[in-house]
Amino acid sequence: MVSASGILGYGFPQASLAAAMARKPHMIGVDGGSSDPGPHYLGSGKTLNSPLAMKRDLRLLLCAAIEAGIPMMIGTCGGAGGEPHLQACARIVREIAREEGLSFKMALIHAEQDPAHLQAALGAGRIAPLGQAGPLAPETIARAERIVGMMGPEPHRAALQAGAQVILAGRGTDPAPWVALAMHHGIPAAPAWYAGKLLECACNAAIPKRHDCLVATLGPDWVEVEPAADDLRCTPLSVSVQALHESASPIIRHEPGGVLDTSACTLQAVSERRVRVSGMTWQPAPYTIKLEAAELAGYSAIAFAGTRDPGLIGQLDSFIAMVEQSAHVKIAALGIPRESYRIVFRLYGRDGVMGAWEPSPQALGHEVGILAEVVGRTQEIANAALALTRVTLLHSDFPGRLCREGNMAFPFSPSDIERGAVYQFTMQHVVRTDDPLEMFPIEYEQVG
Amino acid sequence: MAKLKDIAKACKSKNAGPFELTLDIMFDDPDTFEKVRRSGRITPQVIAALYGVRPEQVLFTEYPPALAYKATIPRRIPSGAVGDTDVYGAQQHAPLLDLEIPL
Repeated sequence: MVSASGILGYGFPQASLAAAMARKPHMIGVDGGSSDPGPHYLGSGKTLNSPLAMKRDLRLLLCAAIEAGIPMMIGTCGGAGGEPHLQACARIVREIAREEGLSFKMALIHAEQDPAHLQAALGAGRIAPLGQAGPLAPETIARAERIVGMMGPEPHRAALQAGAQVILAGRGTDPAPWVALAMHHGIPAAPAWYAGKLLECACNAAIPKRHDCLVATLGPDWVEVEPAADDLRCTPLSVSVQALHESASPIIRHEPGGVLDTSACTLQAVSERRVRVSGMTWQPAPYTIKLEAAELAGYSAIAFAGTRDPGLIGQLDSFIAMVEQSAHVKIAALGIPRESYRIVFRLYGRDGVMGAWEPSPQALGHEVGILAEVVGRTQEIANAALALTRVTLLHSDFPGRLCREGNMAFPFSPSDIERGAVYQFTMQHVVRTDDPLEMFPIEYEQVG
Repeated sequence: MAKLKDIAKACKSKNAGPFELTLDIMFDDPDTFEKVRRSGRITPQVIAALYGVRPEQVLFTEYPPALAYKATIPRRIPSGAVGDTDVYGAQQHAPLLDLEIPL
């Protein structure tokens, strides 16, 4: 099996794909998404990578897969795996098929969840919190802009069994496409999941790290991985290190329907570039689907400024507190209620990166960057409140002030930038279900 | 005594989902890893103190195959929510760098 790249649209060398195809793989897959870039994509419905970048990758993958007569499988389409993201990828695939004269059976696996069904599941006691989250509130479901379920491999398998050659899926657990293909060919769950976990990040498991193609070969109780490009290598260490990536634990991985345990794995260099892993185990567990949701947090406006005044920097905390207080008074005078907006200052040079976790907030340099943000119930409120906050930053007096014409250097005119709607992730919960397919309807179409 | 930044190969942070942050400390060679392990200096309690969370909130794994430690803690603010400073969680590693390890 081949994984083209870490995320669809990140790109990969064309020569690597050709080298991978020469190995006669059973499928080409690529993961399309991540929650890492934040809640904006799930909330807004926009894709993480540009249509141009996705189209470039998809054209190469699609042409290679159709020529070889093997499936092309994409998980978590468009970054967040909601309906608009899936449809954006489907449109691109249909366009490429037209342009290249390709024809195939395509499956679209939907992952967006109907709030009414989730309310019913909640009422039936089938939704449970994960980690340190509390119980899910019905209002959280109601407020969500968009909710997706993270599918397991079963919907992909169903699409393979139905004869789909191109499978585009909404939100899923990252390994899903490869696990499905491996199990479709009779590979047991443990090596299938292990390989899927390695493949989803492609050459993140290789050194030097690069967005490039990874090839995995599977047996009944082992997995071998090797980069497609000659100048990259997989070593036992590079493969172990990948197990640390973006997961809470390197040895225990909770997945829909079970737990992948790699604590007894042995990793062996087969060649300078190829590693064989064995000893992974899979313990079945009750089937659960993780939910991801984004809700509207408000509308944001920001302004960036810097100060070079040692007097001000010497009393930064009291100055910022005074500015905020004074801005609240001016904003109230516009008739904007206090509960309809929030002012957030990020002070670069002090604790702009780590906030309350900053271990040395007192170590200040000769200049400080101030990012002022207002998140308001409407864009109009955010803009108005930010404008007054910005003026107050610029023109407030403070003890010992020498820079009487203005406290801040603004690099831009206009200084204020509308950011539009902003979202927040809300759910950290799973739905118990006996049917891995029920939350993920599959549509089939003949393309070309 | 050595500072972690002078003996580790990697010392990094990253999101583990939108609500958790995971810290990885990795070493170059088995000798250094073994010395650090014997020092008993890297513990859930130390991570908890550096990040102002409770020790029971730290999911801690010593991971010899990668000569690494992993600690996963709740994020201060969920990724990308109002007030967050680091959507990817990639710059929250600094408190680890000056950790003194008796070698």
